[in-house]
Order: sequence, then C-alpha cells, then structure tokens
Amino acid sequence: MSAPFYKFGLFGDNVSLILAFVIGIGFGFFLERAGFGNARKLAAQFYFTDLAVFKVMFTAIVTAMLGIFYLSWIGYLDLSLVYVSPTYIVPQVVGGLILGFGFVIGGYCPGTAAVSISTGRYDGMVFLAGVIAGIFIFGEAFPVVKEFYASTPMGIVTLPQLLNLPYGLIVFLVVAMAIGGFAGGTWVEKYVAARKKGAQS
Amino acid sequence: MKDITHGASPQPYWNPYIAGLGLGLVLLASYVIMGRGLGASGAMTSLVAVGVDAVAPAHARTSEFFAEYLGDGTKNPLMDWLVFEVLGVFVGGFISGILAGRIRLTTEKGPNISTRGRLLFAFAGGTLMGIGAKLARGCTSGQALTGGAVLNVGSWAFMMAVFGGAYMLAYFMRRQWQ
Repeated sequence: MSAPFYKFGLFGDNVSLILAFVIGIGFGFFLERAGFGNARKLAAQFYFTDLAVFKVMFTAIVTAMLGIFYLSWIGYLDLSLVYVSPTYIVPQVVGGLILGFGFVIGGYCPGTAAVSISTGRYDGMVFLAGVIAGIFIFGEAFPVVKEFYASTPMGIVTLPQLLNLPYGLIVFLVVAMAIGGFAGGTWVEKYVAARKKGAQS
Repeated sequence: MKDITHGASPQPYWNPYIAGLGLGLVLLASYVIMGRGLGASGAMTSLVAVGVDAVAPAHARTSEFFAEYLGDGTKNPLMDWLVFEVLGVFVGGFISGILAGRIRLTTEKGPNISTRGRLLFAFAGGTLMGIGAKLARGCTSGQALTGGAVLNVGSWAFMMAVFGGAYMLAYFMRRQWQ
C-alpha cells in the first residue's frame, strides 16, 4: 500500500493546497473541453437533443471507479483511507430533486458555473450569485431544517455493502449499465434529431 | 447565433467520451493523491461563511452551520482544499476556453427568451441549486461524480434524483432553451 499519498504522509497541508489547485485546473479544463461552460449544451440533456452530460459524467465515473477498483485490488490504494461521505438518504434525495430543478432552471451546477464564468458567460456569473444566495439562505434556515438534514442516517455505506454483493460484480454491472446507457442515449439523440427534421419539412 | 461571430470561430467541443475519460482520470488522481474526490459547492460555502463572519462575526460564530466552515480560528477558513481546487477550476476552464477560442462575453440562452428573463432564471436556478446542494451534502461534483466512483449509496440516490428533478421541470422550462 502506498496510496492515498496524502494519508501516508508523503506531503503536508501546504503542498496539498498546491495539489488542490493543480487538480482543479485539470477538472476545469476537461469540463470546458466537454462544452460544460455553456448552459445550452448542459440543458440539451433534458430535451434529449444532446446527452453529453450523461455521457461525460458516466464515462468519468466508470473511469475513476475502475481505477480505484484495480488499484485497490493490486494492493496499491488503501480503500479504508479513502473518504466516503455518510448517507442520509431522504434529505439527499430531496436535495437532489431541488438541485435538479435548479439545474434545468438555471442551466448550470456549481462546478460548471465556474467554468462558464471564466469563459465570459454572464448567465454563469448570475447563477453563481444565486448559488451564494441559496447557501446563505440554507445557513440562516439551518436551525429549522437541521432535524430533516440529519434524518434517515445510514452511515458510510456503499452499493456492494447495501446489496450484499461482491465489489467486483457491482463494478461490472455499473460498466454494463453505462455502456447500455451510451448506446441507448445515442439512439435517442438520433431519434429526436430525425423527428425534429421531419417536423420542420 | 449572433453572439459568437466576432473574432475567430470557436473550435468544436471534444467527443464526450474523451472529455469524460480526462475528467475521470483527474478524479482518480485526486483519490490516489489525496484520498478524496472533487467538489465545488463546499468552496462556495466557505466563501459565504467568511462573508457572514466579516459582516456579522457574532452571528457567524453562533451559527452552527457557518461555524463549522469557519473552524476554530487557528487557521484561515479560505486556506482550504476545496477553495484551492475551485480556484483551479476557474483557471483550467479559462486555459481550455482560450486555447479553443471560446472566451465570449455573452449570455447563453435559447432564442425565445430575453436576456433579462434568462438572467432571472439563472439567479433563481442558482438559489435552488445552493439550497439543494447543502441539503444533499454536496453537488454534482462532490456527490454525483465523487461519490459515484466509490459506489456511495447516498451519491447514487442523489444522482438519480438530480436527473429526475431536472426532467420533471424540463417541459416548463422549454421556452428558455429551445
């Protein structure tokens, strides 16, 4: 075992901040390359005209998931030192729904808004101001929502643990699901494009 | 599209699978180097907490929510991993944008809505996003991507809810985008 490097004390907190900046540059670079600095490209996901959001997200998840799986399998990455946030199922589903509403209304999410701002989009700037306002509202309302926020705790739990199935099997199923989703998604894009063309002529 | 015609025409976006592979490798690198994934809304929360602390320090310190982000006062709350990571996101987006000729001072919207209307929706959507991200303990970066890759149950449930919520409202928002 030699990773995560930070947990094995290869460098301290100050170096970790520099690395955070470098990792962030990579994150922002690929978000912009994918077209995610553009709200129209992101929103197209929800009208089935361009499913890049789904394709990019699931390619990224599958890539990182496979890397983590194999690196832990060969004994390089110590999974017990990897941070997994605890699950609070009901507030997370409700938060996800609210966030989904915000996504289709506002056109961005916090990370993509950052990229849209650095490429000059006014709507991204206003969106980020909204995010700041929303966080402030949540912070001020915290005494009221605290009980709900802390409800239905399930602790740190992963899909293999929940379903009592081997880690490798779940990894395989997610990969299979993603490939099926990519094929289905591309079919949907073509179908919608053909229907639009038909409606115009 | 009158808004993107000045100067050289922008390069096309990358193939989604190539961009996704790059994004996934960055996420994997974060796990291998740091033992944690990516994030975005957390850094914005640190910023809000510092702002509240600057305006009303007594209020910020007694708020259970903001106090957590401000820490015990021994270190600057902005000297934070996610804050530096998000600064990098701005820089990385700019580098990619300028290399591809995609830096434009413009507002992204469909043809059937005014700029003013679009900006109002952007603010409203952002506000909902901020509230939702805090309730869910993370956003598309910190929950969906990061938790998705380690098969976190809450993250997967969150991700389904995000797509579900967005598709539920998409019909009513179509004038803004189409």
